[in-house]
Amino acid sequence: MRKLSLENLNLAFASIAAKYPLYLPQDNSAGDAEYKKWEQGAKWSDKTNTVKSPKDFFFPQTEDLMAFQVSGKSIDIIDTRKESEDFVVFGVRACDVKSFEVLDNVFLTEPADSYYASRREHGIIVSVACTRPLETCFCKAFSIDPSEPAGDVSCYKTDDSLYLSANTEKGEALLAVISEYTEEADDAAVSKQKESINKIMDRLPLASLTPASFGGGKTKEFFDAPEWKSLSEACLGCGTCTFVCPTCQCYDIKDFKTGSGVIRYRCWDSCMYSEFTKMSAGQPRTSQLERFRQRFMHKLVYYPENNNGLFSCVGCGRCLSRCPIHMNIVKVMKALGGKKDE
Amino acid sequence: MQKVTAKTLSGKAASLLNAGEVKYVLGWKKGEFDYDITPALFESAEELEKDFVWNDFSCANLSKYLIKYTRSLSGKILVFLKPCDTFSFNQLLTEHRIDRQKVYAVGVPCSGMADEKKIRENADGITAISETEEGYLVHTLYSDAPAFISKEEALLEKCLSCKGWAHIALDEQIEGEVFAPSADRFDQVKALENMTPDERYHFWQNELSRCIRCNACRDVCPACTCEKCVFDNPNSGVENKAAANSFEEKMFHIIRAFHVAGRCTDCGECSRVCPQKIPLHLLNRKFINDIDSFYGEYQAGLDEGSRAPLVDYDTGDLEPSQVFDWRDGQNA
Amino acid sequence: MPVNGYKPLIVAFCCNWCSYAGADLAGNNRLNYPADVKIIRVPCSCRVNPMFVLRAFQRGADGVIICGCHPGDCHYTSGNYFTRRRMALLFSMLDYLGIERERTRVEWVSAAEGAKFAATMNDFAETVASLGENKRLEDLRCKK
Repeated sequence: MRKLSLENLNLAFASIAAKYPLYLPQDNSAGDAEYKKWEQGAKWSDKTNTVKSPKDFFFPQTEDLMAFQVSGKSIDIIDTRKESEDFVVFGVRACDVKSFEVLDNVFLTEPADSYYASRREHGIIVSVACTRPLETCFCKAFSIDPSEPAGDVSCYKTDDSLYLSANTEKGEALLAVISEYTEEADDAAVSKQKESINKIMDRLPLASLTPASFGGGKTKEFFDAPEWKSLSEACLGCGTCTFVCPTCQCYDIKDFKTGSGVIRYRCWDSCMYSEFTKMSAGQPRTSQLERFRQRFMHKLVYYPENNNGLFSCVGCGRCLSRCPIHMNIVKVMKALGGKKDE
Repeated sequence: MQKVTAKTLSGKAASLLNAGEVKYVLGWKKGEFDYDITPALFESAEELEKDFVWNDFSCANLSKYLIKYTRSLSGKILVFLKPCDTFSFNQLLTEHRIDRQKVYAVGVPCSGMADEKKIRENADGITAISETEEGYLVHTLYSDAPAFISKEEALLEKCLSCKGWAHIALDEQIEGEVFAPSADRFDQVKALENMTPDERYHFWQNELSRCIRCNACRDVCPACTCEKCVFDNPNSGVENKAAANSFEEKMFHIIRAFHVAGRCTDCGECSRVCPQKIPLHLLNRKFINDIDSFYGEYQAGLDEGSRAPLVDYDTGDLEPSQVFDWRDGQNA
Repeated sequence: MPVNGYKPLIVAFCCNWCSYAGADLAGNNRLNYPADVKIIRVPCSCRVNPMFVLRAFQRGADGVIICGCHPGDCHYTSGNYFTRRRMALLFSMLDYLGIERERTRVEWVSAAEGAKFAATMNDFAETVASLGENKRLEDLRCKK
């Protein structure tokens, strides 16, 4: 365990930034936190989490896959991939770190997605324990412990210091960069913080939430549940929940005509959109009820079925606070999960 | 705190349901917390009793849902409308988007709504929000004593310049005090107009760069009622599901604001639901302000059947080339 | 009309009945105007959707001009009156977003005004050239 005095935090950031691009949650003009590249004078946000999740770093909202340039009668195919460099994502919460595992299962299973794999390889994740979980947090339901965040380096922020410990080789290398500002320390302060986090976790309004009644093999049980109708009724069909979600991984591949060629790009898609997975035969889910159901069935039933019971929700609570009509996975779980008591 | 209680409203609805006058009630349903209210359809007095809620967080404008419900449901639908919502309702009637015969519109007096985002900004871990005459007591996980936030501080953007007028187009009105209008809604528009082009550019660049193209602004908007939006249509050439670059963001927001220009009632739902808190109402208000000053004052939804400014003209209209000189003269 | 060797790309939407004929007349009379003015013929100036203007900028235009019949002379009676309102509002909005107001223009050019057409294009091209490249409403994907 290394200890960094908060007085030296900026110096440490500067040393990291001299070696790698460093991304840090910072407050924006709207009063929310977002990941921005660290620059001299940047301040680490005190907010519990960012509006958009850090999945953007590995699975960006839009990315060019390849391009075609037309000149005369010939077409050149261009690889638009840029050689990726190592980068540091600082201040990732335990829930978001877990979300990378969910994404890995999708993108790194053979045939692996080389665009995603390359960024995962180059990304160094520095996680931080949550001292102020919000009322919308329910990571514990998915067995995530916010006091034990994973990642390449785990951090604990106290009033005057930042305690860091490396979990991987990449993490060790990162800590070596700032070693001049850190000193060896025991984990007394960290244990104390863990204890207080665990106490708060028990007091959270959603502390008793459990996905126990969901999981693989439950498709038939939930698919035709009458509750979907009232749950989905007010859904606007916008993509807010999907786009702020750290685990939503659906995308579309499209061509953009530039006038002198074509850029083939991939962008996030949302199962809430009317055009989602539209094929030549049309749209497989024609009603908002079906689209709405797809999102939650995917997170709570289909994904665990294909991934050894791992749920594709990490309980970050972003959809709870951002949905325009306040419909979210917690309400869905409570409405459908009540069955086991019958 | 609302002057009319939820009991009054649900009681009214329940008696009409029981009398068979209406078959459905479109209202607000309580959630997990005190602020996460969802628009919902109620079919029985028991459901109303259990889940109906009317408080400072019942902000959602329910009029757009009537398009869907008057088509899919048979039977009369009771809908609760705040004064500002009735403008949207009336505008939708003007555009023939709602079957009026199927709606029983009940006007609710409103004392101003609270912005959940403003309250949450300074309060982590909200466990309860209790409403008082002057504001809100916010109970959190991290302090023993509740924090107080005044009604003015927490007021929803649209309520800052409340239309304050009486209800338009109703079947029945529940009596009560209506919130008094305060700020000039064009203040911010004028402030932006008085900036240099560079300042304006950077202002919007900063705001719109946060856009994630979730389309919540469009999907909640009671004026955005196209069966198929041009931005969802793969054959339109402009379809794009994600915020690809700053051009796409600008294009989407300019075209969206333009398409509702003259029909936008300034209900403020777009800004309210934006997950990135982009002040989208400033785009709509720009058009409203321009329409008012170029072609005479016009409030969409005020009277049913009126001709919207963009489907109308006057032979003596201002020339596009004169717009800037004319406005500079007005602002000077 | 290059300014410091820079030649702007101008997109001119011209209505079929007046302005396009005006451009023809300019050609017949051998009046010069910049070759970088690309004319797109539209049935009426009110056919120009605001999206057309934005997409012209996206595809690399540095200035967009819309030409139609003089108010009162519209082949379809009232089309250009609608154009007038729409474009006044659209251009005002572009200015509000910080985009140079000189990059957009509406001009009424009749079929008999070949000289006005050429003069308008010369003047507009010069104005746009002095602003330089369109940076504020560009789409980098469309740049070669």
